[in-house]
Amino acid sequence: MSLAEARRERDQVRRSWLLSLPALFLLAIGAIGPLFIMVVYSFLTPGKYGNVEWIFSTDAWRGIIFTKDIFDETLKLADAHLTIFWRSVKLSFLTTVFTFVVGFPTAWFIATQPPRWRPFWLFLITIPFWTNLLIRTFAINQIIRTEGLLNTILLKVGIISTPLNLLYTDTAVFIGMTYVYLPLMVLPLYAAIDRFDHRLLEAGYDLYASRMAVLRRIIFPIVKPGIVAGSILVFIPSLGAYVTPRILGGGRNMMIGNFIELQFGQGRNWPLGAALSVVLLLIVTAALLVYVKFANREGGHG
Amino acid sequence: MARGTFTVTRLPGFNGIAIAVFVALYAPIAMLVVNSFNAGDSIAIWEGTSLRWYERAWANAQVKDATLRSLIIATTAATVATIAATMVALATTRKKPFRGQTAVYVAINQPLMVPEIVTAVALLIFFATIKVATGYQGLGYLILAHTAFCIPFAYLPIRARLEGMDMTLETAAADLYATHWRTFRYVTLPLMAPGILAGFMLAFVTSLDDVVITLFVKSAGQDTLPTYLLGQIRRQVTGEVNAISTVLLCLTVALLTTFFLLTRKKS
Repeated sequence: MSLAEARRERDQVRRSWLLSLPALFLLAIGAIGPLFIMVVYSFLTPGKYGNVEWIFSTDAWRGIIFTKDIFDETLKLADAHLTIFWRSVKLSFLTTVFTFVVGFPTAWFIATQPPRWRPFWLFLITIPFWTNLLIRTFAINQIIRTEGLLNTILLKVGIISTPLNLLYTDTAVFIGMTYVYLPLMVLPLYAAIDRFDHRLLEAGYDLYASRMAVLRRIIFPIVKPGIVAGSILVFIPSLGAYVTPRILGGGRNMMIGNFIELQFGQGRNWPLGAALSVVLLLIVTAALLVYVKFANREGGHG
Repeated sequence: MARGTFTVTRLPGFNGIAIAVFVALYAPIAMLVVNSFNAGDSIAIWEGTSLRWYERAWANAQVKDATLRSLIIATTAATVATIAATMVALATTRKKPFRGQTAVYVAINQPLMVPEIVTAVALLIFFATIKVATGYQGLGYLILAHTAFCIPFAYLPIRARLEGMDMTLETAAADLYATHWRTFRYVTLPLMAPGILAGFMLAFVTSLDDVVITLFVKSAGQDTLPTYLLGQIRRQVTGEVNAISTVLLCLTVALLTTFFLLTRKKS
């Protein structure tokens, strides 16, 4: 490489970094940097009126699963906390499974429409994705409340004789999360199915495979990256959900997100809130690493 | 469904589920919109068409205040985010990746990967310290937070546009002795414009819709439209919330339709 070329390349690299600088700076102070401060705060002592006192303590971390007995200082499992974690994981898992069960046929349907119409159907999925999550959750609230449309219809048809009390239950949170996160499942599934070679189906049927066999042995293995991507895209926001459980679960059916917020309000335990957030961040990072590893392996083979 | 014609791509029950999904996606939103025109107080009983909830929302000083604040934040954050995203997109779509480009990617996409509640908590802690240290309580915190999480949304369409662009035009301009700046101003920028506009709109919509980060970062009396709505929903259900939601919905759909048309032209 000549000297001039080397210099031009060095200039190019410098220009690239200069162009990246404003975005990196904004992200550093408005998103990434504060995460590190949060980790520090999880090792401090809660202040009396919120905030923290700068005294090192691991109480917050212990407090995630244990609670100190006020009389004899012994440690017990914090049942209330464990209930909240369990509910969060359970509801997020159920949401992921159910969005897949209804999302896969939807993505398949879009991918098998005439090419001219596909953007239209995709657009119909994208609109709810971009509309305000709060408004969509609120719309579900109005549908499932005691005097809402769902009960009105079910009563009129005669399926039930007394209205269902769905609102402020785990079921309501599950319905709401399925509703708001469904597009996140459909879009990556569609992307995977769209690349799928339909001649493989013909080959399968030519070899006398049943529809179920074709679905299980040909379609699912090939669109697996889309299934994994969709599952992670739904699971992560479900686990950190705040708005949906607040509007549909009420005050009692909290999820991790609401429990974290509580520590910065009435709970007045910022370190515990910070520690819980770090845990959530670690879980998400683990999920993403699994995904990256998986995606790379798939890429290597195909 | 005629027997005898065997379509390989048909799977039993799939079309039915898909149609049900589309109906289920839109029915609740449609109900919310319809109810915003309900003359009665109830959300279940239709008592005739009226605009009274819109009138009430319009006359509500808190709503006006929150709307104005939402628009100020969204406009500022989306503008700054779009400029920063355009610059970084120019840096990351050249033929040869530069050293550290992967790290830049990770940084840009970070707001998409970390749960909102985690970022919200981190910002609450960080800004609380700054608020105590400087005494500044203004909108700056919200604008900074919104700008940061808007960057990836602005970046994606801009990068997509740049990647689909014919770079030989830049070479042609350079061959005609155009300076770097003139090439950028008269060739690259006009070609990028639809992507930049699309990026701005996505960033704007994202900022306008944000609830969680805003809730944690805002100081007292700094409600945006979504946080105001959240407070109202907790209190009681009135048609006013439906009316405001409907207006917000229409705005989002209008912006998205424009975005859709802008990005479709390309292909």
